[in-house]
Formats: sequence, C-alpha cells, structure tokens
Amino acid sequence: MSLAPTASAIAAAVRSGEVRASEVLEGCLEAIDQVEGQLGCFVTLTPELARAQAEAVDAQVAAGAPLGPLAGVPVAVKDNLCTAGVPTTCSSRILASWRPPYDATAVARLVAAGAVVVGKTNLDEFAMGSSTETSAFGPTRNPYDPSRVPGGSSGGSAAVVAAGAVPLALGTDTGGSIRQPAALCGVVGLKPTYGAVSRYGLIAFASSLDQVGPLAQTVEDAAALLDAIAGHDPMDSTSLPEGVLPCHRALDRGVAGLRIGLVRELVEAEGIEPGVRRRVEDAAEALAAAGATVEPVSVPELALGLPAYYLIAPAEASSNLARYDGVRYGLRVDGADVEEMQARTRAAGFGPEVKRRILLGTYALSAGYYDAYYAQAQRVRTLIVRAFERAYEQADLLLGATTPTTAFPLGAKVEDPLAMYLSDVFTIPTNLAGHPALSVPFGTDDAGLPVGVQLLAPALAEPSLVAAGAVLERSAPALPPPPVAASWRLGVPR
Amino acid sequence: MTPAGWEAVIGLEVHCELRTRTKLFCGCRNEFGAPPNTHVCPVCLGLPGSLPVLNRQAVELAMRIGLALGCRIEPSVFHRKNYFYPDMPKDYQISQYDEPICVEGALTLPDGSRVGIVRAHLEEDTGKTSHIGESGRIHGAGYALVDYNRAGVPLVEIVSAPDIRSAQQARAYVAELRGVLVATGASDGRMEEGSLRVDANVSVRRAGSDVLGTRCEVKNLNSLRSLVRALEHEVARQVGLLEAGQPVVQETRHFDEDRGVTVALRSKEEAFDYRYFPEPDLVALAPEPAWREAVAASQPPLPAARRQALAELFGAARLEGPRAEQAETVLELGLDALVRAAAEAGVDPALALARTANEAAAQAEAARQVDPGAYVALLRMEQEGRLSATQAKTVLAELLQHGGDPADIAERLGLVGLDRGALASVVAEVVAAHPEEWSRFCAGEEKLAGFFTGQVMRRTRGQADGKLVAAELATRRAAEAGAP
Repeated sequence: MSLAPTASAIAAAVRSGEVRASEVLEGCLEAIDQVEGQLGCFVTLTPELARAQAEAVDAQVAAGAPLGPLAGVPVAVKDNLCTAGVPTTCSSRILASWRPPYDATAVARLVAAGAVVVGKTNLDEFAMGSSTETSAFGPTRNPYDPSRVPGGSSGGSAAVVAAGAVPLALGTDTGGSIRQPAALCGVVGLKPTYGAVSRYGLIAFASSLDQVGPLAQTVEDAAALLDAIAGHDPMDSTSLPEGVLPCHRALDRGVAGLRIGLVRELVEAEGIEPGVRRRVEDAAEALAAAGATVEPVSVPELALGLPAYYLIAPAEASSNLARYDGVRYGLRVDGADVEEMQARTRAAGFGPEVKRRILLGTYALSAGYYDAYYAQAQRVRTLIVRAFERAYEQADLLLGATTPTTAFPLGAKVEDPLAMYLSDVFTIPTNLAGHPALSVPFGTDDAGLPVGVQLLAPALAEPSLVAAGAVLERSAPALPPPPVAASWRLGVPR
Repeated sequence: MTPAGWEAVIGLEVHCELRTRTKLFCGCRNEFGAPPNTHVCPVCLGLPGSLPVLNRQAVELAMRIGLALGCRIEPSVFHRKNYFYPDMPKDYQISQYDEPICVEGALTLPDGSRVGIVRAHLEEDTGKTSHIGESGRIHGAGYALVDYNRAGVPLVEIVSAPDIRSAQQARAYVAELRGVLVATGASDGRMEEGSLRVDANVSVRRAGSDVLGTRCEVKNLNSLRSLVRALEHEVARQVGLLEAGQPVVQETRHFDEDRGVTVALRSKEEAFDYRYFPEPDLVALAPEPAWREAVAASQPPLPAARRQALAELFGAARLEGPRAEQAETVLELGLDALVRAAAEAGVDPALALARTANEAAAQAEAARQVDPGAYVALLRMEQEGRLSATQAKTVLAELLQHGGDPADIAERLGLVGLDRGALASVVAEVVAAHPEEWSRFCAGEEKLAGFFTGQVMRRTRGQADGKLVAAELATRRAAEAGAP
C-alpha cells in the first residue's frame, strides 16, 4: 500500500522515458508543500540542488547513458548526514549555520544511484530522543494525528514518507531511531547490520551503535535503498569488508521453511499496549500461514539492554560532542577567555536532552566510576550478544513489537525522560548486538494509529529480513491513508 | 649536579613525530613548515561526521622503534583521551592506553648503563596555537591563531622506566634514543623543530634508599640543553625542599627557559580526568606475524652496533677520550659508514675518523651525499703523501660542494703534492743557497727550521707538506752529522 508513487515505480517510469526526473521532482516538491506546514518534516529544503540532480538524470536518459537503480527518485535525507554546501544541523543551535564541505558516503552513493535529494529532515537534537521534540527548530508531527509525535529521532524522515510526500528517506538508528518512528508513522524502516553502511559523514551520536538506513513506503523500496548505500567504504574503519548481500533479490523468496522465534520479551513486556500486542500475534500467524515455523522463544537478557544502552551511548556521545566548542565552526558565544567562550557556546548551543546525556556519559567514564558503569555496561552488552547467539541457534529470525505503544501526544513524555527512553526498549538490544532489524507496518490499534512489527536477524541476514518483511507487508491489514497526506501522481500531464 | 647525599630518580617520556608521508588518520601530508592550515582535511580538522583510518606506515615505524628498543610488539587498542584544548580538533586525542603496541624493552647507553623502556605507543599530535598580543605570552594575549597542519601527525611516545639517576644520564639517554629513532627512519631527530619533545618525571631520595619519593612532571624540555638545565634545577629544588623539612608536592611543572627554573602548572587535584575509553571508530590493531617479521628482517644497523664497529677499527672494545667524541659526532651525523669504508681501504682509521668528524662533519648534509669511493680515494691520497693535509682539506671542500674525482680536482686546482724525491731536491737547493744558516741549524739553532720551511714553501708555492719538510730537514742534518 502506498500513497505516493513508490521509488521502484518512479525509477521504472524514468528509465522507460515515460516521465522525466525533473517532472517527478516538481510533483514531489509540490507534494511536500502540501503537508510541510502541518507536519514540519524538514529543516532545509534543497529544490535548486534537486533540480540540478534531476536534470543530470534527464540528460543521462536523453544520452542513453547507463542509469542508476534509483534514477530520478526523490529522497529526503536526515539532517545528521553531511551534504556538501547544504546546511547540516543535527537540529541543533550549535550547528545551525554549518555547511559541510563534503557529502556523507551514504548520500554520495544515493546520488550516484540517480536519486534526487529534496531536503534535510528534522530529528531530535543530535538524534537524542524518541519523539523529534528535542529539535531546536520545533517538533515534527505525525501525519496520522498532528497532535501526536512521529517518533524519533528520524521523525522528519518517517513523517514525510508516511504523508506520501517523498517516497524514500534516509534515517539513522542508534537505539531504534529508524524503526520506532517507522512504526509510529506506519512506514517501513530498516536498521542494517553495524558496518554494512558507511558512517562516514554521519554526525556521530554513539559511534559503536549508529547506523544509516532506509525509511520507505514498501519493503521493496527499503531494499532498493539499502542496496544502493551498502558496501565497504575505505573511509570508515568499522565498515565491513565483505558487505551485505543484495536484498532486492530476496523480495520474493518467502518464508517457507524459515524458523521464526516470537520473542516473549518483545510481546509480553510490561507497558505494552494490547492493540500492539494483538497485531504482533496476528503477524506471527501470518508468517506461519505463509509457511514459516513460528515458535515462542525467551531472551531474558533483552531486559538489560536499556540500562546498558543509557551508559554506553551517552558515554560515547559525551566524547563525540566535545568538538562543538566554538573554536572552529558552528555557534560561538564570546567570553573573556577560551574556557569561558567554550562554556558559553555549549551552554547556549545544546538543548536540555543533549546536556543530560553529556553529563550522564561524562559521569559514566569518570575516574573511579568507569568500571562500575561503562565497563559494566560493556559486559552486559557481551551478555546480550551471547543471548542473541543462543536464540539464533533455534530461530532464523526473531519477531516482536517495534515499540510498546503507538504514537503518543506531543509533550506527553517531555518532562519524563525515563518514560521517553522506554519507548526504545524493544529496539535497543539489536543496536547493542550490531544486528539488523526491520519494522513493517501491520495495521492499526483501536484508535486507528499505525502499529509496527519488528523482525530481527543475525548479522548480515538482511535478505532474510526483506523476504519475511515482504510476506508481512502482503498479509498486513490495510493501513488507511493518514489525515495529513499529499496527493500527487507520477509526473505531470503533458 | 645532584647534591651530595641525594639521588635523583628520573623517568622520561619522549614524543617522537614519525616521518610518514601522510598523517596518522588521513591522507594529508605530514610536512613541517608549510603555510598554516594548508595540510588539513575534514578528518584532521575533526569536522562532524569524519572518521579516522589508520596509517600503515605509521604502524610500521612504531614497530621499528619497538624492535630497536627490544620491545615485544603486541596487539593493541586505540583509546580516546578526552580533554578540551583549542588546538585539538576533536577535543579528544586518539592515543593508546592500557594496550600499547610496544612493551618492555631497554636502551643501553654508550657508557654501558641500561635504561628500561616501559612502553611505546602510537598517538596523534595536536595543532599549534600562537598567542597574538603585546606580551607574546598566553596571559595578556589579544587573541590566538591555531595552525592545524600538525594536528593528526603521528607520534610515538616512548616511556622509560625510572632508571635514570642524573641530568647527564638523561641527556645521554635522549641522545642515544634520538640516534635510534633517526637510524630506523622513524624520525628526523630535529628537536628544534619539535620532532622530539621530552617530559620528565623527577623525584629525589637519600642516596642508598630504595624508596621512591613524590614526583613532579616537568614539561617543555625541547632541547638537550633545556633537559639538563631543567633537571638540575628540579632536582636541586626538591632536595632544597626536603632538606628544609618541607614536602615535595605532586604536580605538573613547566620549564621556563628564560629564567632556567621550573614553575608549577597544575597540582594533582587539578589534573585532568582524561576519561579514557576504547576508540569506537577504529578496530583493534594486530599486525600479522609476517609483517612483523618482515620489519624485523629489514631493520637498519643501530647506533650501538655502529659504535662498536668504529671501535673495532682501532682494535678496541670501546673508544675513549677525543676519539670517542669524534665517533659520537660521525654517528650522530650518520657519517660512520665513510669512516669504515676508508679504513677498510687501508686508510689509517685515526686519519679517516678525524677528517670525517671535523671537515666532513662541518658539511654533514653534503657529506651524506658524497660518493664514498671518491671520499676514500681522497683520504688515500692524503695518507700516501700525494696531498698535504691542507691540500686534502681544499680538495675535500670542493668534492663536497661539486663532487667529482679527487685526483682531477687536485690537478685542476694545481694542488699536486710533491713526492719525497722532489721535496728532497728542493730542500737541497735551499740548503745550498743558505750555507751559513744551515751550519747554525746543524749546530743546534732549532728556530732556523722555520726559516728553511718558509724557503721551501716559497719555492713550492706552498704545496709542500710542512711535516714532510721538517722530516726531510731532520734526515738531512742527521746524515751530515753522521758523516765523517
């Protein structure tokens, strides 16, 4: 089900000459214009850059030159991925005016594949949050109910795809930041294996957890985007040398013979809404009906993920965000000496959630506390990796909810960080293990809000995720279009 | 000098900039002296989103240093050392912490003493801040400019055990270590350009005690002279405190070159908490055994072995006195191979060492480029009396400046030495022309030797070798005295 033309439909139409990339782009820009005022998905729109890219694709078509797999497909890019010459803010005051001199590898590969970058999407400041409310530039709203959050931190990317204004978007996922907003907005979100996609040009939040991945209307589009951006990058030392197998070919593989573990801790957990739980059970039945063996499994260690994550991620963040000191780029607030200038810059430039995590992380790494906090959290991380290894001896894939709840109202959890953190309780363990996971929309709760179900897989098993995700997508209850939706069709009449 | 009754206990941390083609984590050129901020990129500027990629050549040079110091090469891990400093682009330094690449070695100094090496690890250098303002000092500066060309330049930090007992031994340690670093190709050894920087940990104790005293770290020791002055001052300061019944406070001190004193920088309580943790942007470093072995197999000769080889030319176990000093000069300048080549071709090793340590050393850069065959040929001409010492020096200067064949140079300059026979006939002519003076000389008026030498020089237009003239005069006089 999709509102806007899918990426695969656009690429096929551009390739065949049925429509020009420039025409697709104008339709897309108009669609964005229809919803942006209500949703606030973008920090920066880049129509001029996009027009130049679309014209380049059209020139290739006219010349009969080979086209990339995403030729002419408009894509939105989360604003923590560097784009040469285009402001890249992380939705933070401290980087509000910064223009990187280079493209992130994921962005460069998208453009090389023929995609057209229409703008930079809103996020929780430095990707720290689960609602896109910590953005310094105001929140993004959920197309299914603009009084509710889109999730986060890739809220702008999820909302703009859900509203049918852009077919594809890049997000990043440190503890669930692709999958959680995908679930809350009713779109597909895939967090790849750690190292499958280069982090070069991704502004770091927590380096050992961050991954770039797709948000899309369909599993097929998500697979196409992943295929375009994955692969070894010599600029990222943690990039996997072998790379992930192409996912596109796995789309029609089905689930017959696959062993799928329904994870008790991701279904029966305290705080999970009944409407969410019911949909996960429906999804399990659908997979069984399609030929998979679905068995309940228990992975008790997953409960340890959240506390471990909230030590490791802030610890890395406290170091990663040190460089925003007013000396070289970004915001500077003057002071009597360097120390005062740095302190004032950081006090003015960072919002409360970022400061909270810097403090947490600094504390966790401090002399005398390192072993009790950071080192202990790393040991827990190892336990979680082992627990997943055991689970994958019994199952090829794991199934559970993506989030305990559907989209919550704006402001509901702003004053209660712990409640906000619990929103990622089901997604965090995958990041700690470095594994891939996929969130697929599977109907709605009783209030009509989208529910996402999550498929988890061992490292580099993205093709299996895509195969099972496609099965779920085909068997999912129809998702009604959101109240805030763009209307556009492929191209404009000639 | 350490005050009587006291002993200094010193450990040194030497930071060595590696002579790699590019920086430690990016492709920017590693070059001293370029215009500010011209060798920079997103990675070494620490721009958001940039990531480090380890330089293979830096790892290889670190292994060379470790192997030269007898260290074990271990699998290692990079850590982040977190602190705010404007010339450090990421506000953390990528360094190695509890798992360094080189561990447990030793360096034997020329006097035979041995200094343990605790570890040697890889890390990145910082940029360089210039404080601009009336005073030229940090306090009172109007503003500061930062040059990031040096940011990300690879360093190896070599940490000695607290085995050093005096400022002079510390000097000898750094000099010998410098020789090792230059020999392995790891460093250009230029302390004045900051290629080698030294911090010292200093404590004192009563002679004979084996208890360690409270130590201070002294920074900014950027020449061998500064090292000795700073250590002598610091040792005297600590002894003075203890003798006055006051404690030494553990702190970091800065050596003020102008005043020749160390001044407190920060106390133990003010010390940074660096919050080390493993660098998540890099993977663990484990050089494969084949690589390690290839590096070990291609290690160049080290100063200790080369020093030994020079001593052997003289049939000695080690050299002493002025000859030892000459040997150190040629070793430091990398000219010892010339001495060995000449000696092996039959030149008197004393002559070869002297010419190399004096005349060749004065133009060391040219001497390192000279054709060893030509150099040896020149020394042979001098040895065989075909050129006087003065002539040989003239030819050498020409050889170093323009190259060429020393015989051709000598001929072109008209510096053809007189052989013994030709010299004897000139002497005979002079004697015949001055019979009265000759009689007085034969009667023992020694000062007339100068008169005859001058006459010979005049007739030969200065080309005669003074020593040979003296010898000829003596021979002639002895022959006449012995005649019936």
